[in-house]
Amino acid sequence: MCETCGCGDPARVPIDVQERILSGNERQAAHNREHLAGHGVLAINLMGSPGAGKTAVLEATARALAGRRLAAIAGDLATDHDAARLRAAGIPSQSITTGSACHLDADLVHRALHHVDLAAVDYLFIENVGNLVCPAVYDLGQAFNVVALAVTEGEDKPLKYPVMFRKADLVLLTKADLVPHLDVDLDAIQANLARVMPEPLAFVVSAKTGQGISLWAEWLEGRKRALAPAGAGAPAHHHHG
Amino acid sequence: MHEYSIVEALMTHIGEQARAHGATAVSRVVVRIGELSGVEPDLLRTAFELVRERTICDAAALEVERIGARWACGDCGRAIQGGGPLRCGACGAPARLIEGDEILLAQLELEVANV
Repeated sequence: MCETCGCGDPARVPIDVQERILSGNERQAAHNREHLAGHGVLAINLMGSPGAGKTAVLEATARALAGRRLAAIAGDLATDHDAARLRAAGIPSQSITTGSACHLDADLVHRALHHVDLAAVDYLFIENVGNLVCPAVYDLGQAFNVVALAVTEGEDKPLKYPVMFRKADLVLLTKADLVPHLDVDLDAIQANLARVMPEPLAFVVSAKTGQGISLWAEWLEGRKRALAPAGAGAPAHHHHG
Repeated sequence: MHEYSIVEALMTHIGEQARAHGATAVSRVVVRIGELSGVEPDLLRTAFELVRERTICDAAALEVERIGARWACGDCGRAIQGGGPLRCGACGAPARLIEGDEILLAQLELEVANV
């Protein structure tokens, strides 16, 4: 404060703010969550490294949940290859091309949701950008976070990426058909998960042989049943420009 | 690297505060970043250096307060040491993160014209 000499310099004023920097994303995620829950849609945020087998797991899921109404939103830096693969597997899919962005955020998902007929969907899979760091930071409005971790990725991956695994409700240990060819200790992966996930839950799966896919499908169906029925308090969705 | 999008969101908050207080510049920005927030302080500083030019934060110093992860039993409240299984040694309930996932704009120092 420069009242003493009258020089007209500005005063320096300290302000206590204490605001969450991502509060804008959190508001948008809450909106998505309410909208999805209002339609009785179980939304899964599927994360994992590039090449962890996220798309292959969803292809196998389409086979296991044949007859259920699935939809997907696939995020990728470039190309819509993942969405195209999912459509070929029978899952109506939107692609979000993020350009240089390393993660999806709630606003990107919200815009993609405008192209999904939620009244005709029971399960929505949001396949995040392949990355074990950035996607963990952004709430999308999902009901559950699922992380795909390939058995080829190394036993210490959970310890290297604790932020991602702490947020996981379920881990799918993918490419289990490769275990006989590898020097991998599945128990060590489970033990490492217990050091970063307060309630560790992991299924060993193979999209190729179908191993463990029925466990995963049952997990999904159980979560879907626990949701309120569609239409219960569904908010009328406003349209944005 | 998502620290750029964190800094963009940070600048939005700062802009709102500056307008609300009629500030002409920002001299100091204090953020609190948890160890398990997924935000790297060094990358955040780099992103801030690049983004702040020719904004109201052009001359602002960024201070990053790091907050370590603290776990406690979700049922009985006993402290649980990180690094081991995240279960209560006494009652077996899963641990709950008490602090360490913050991504907060804590304080600002604004320059407000004397009138």
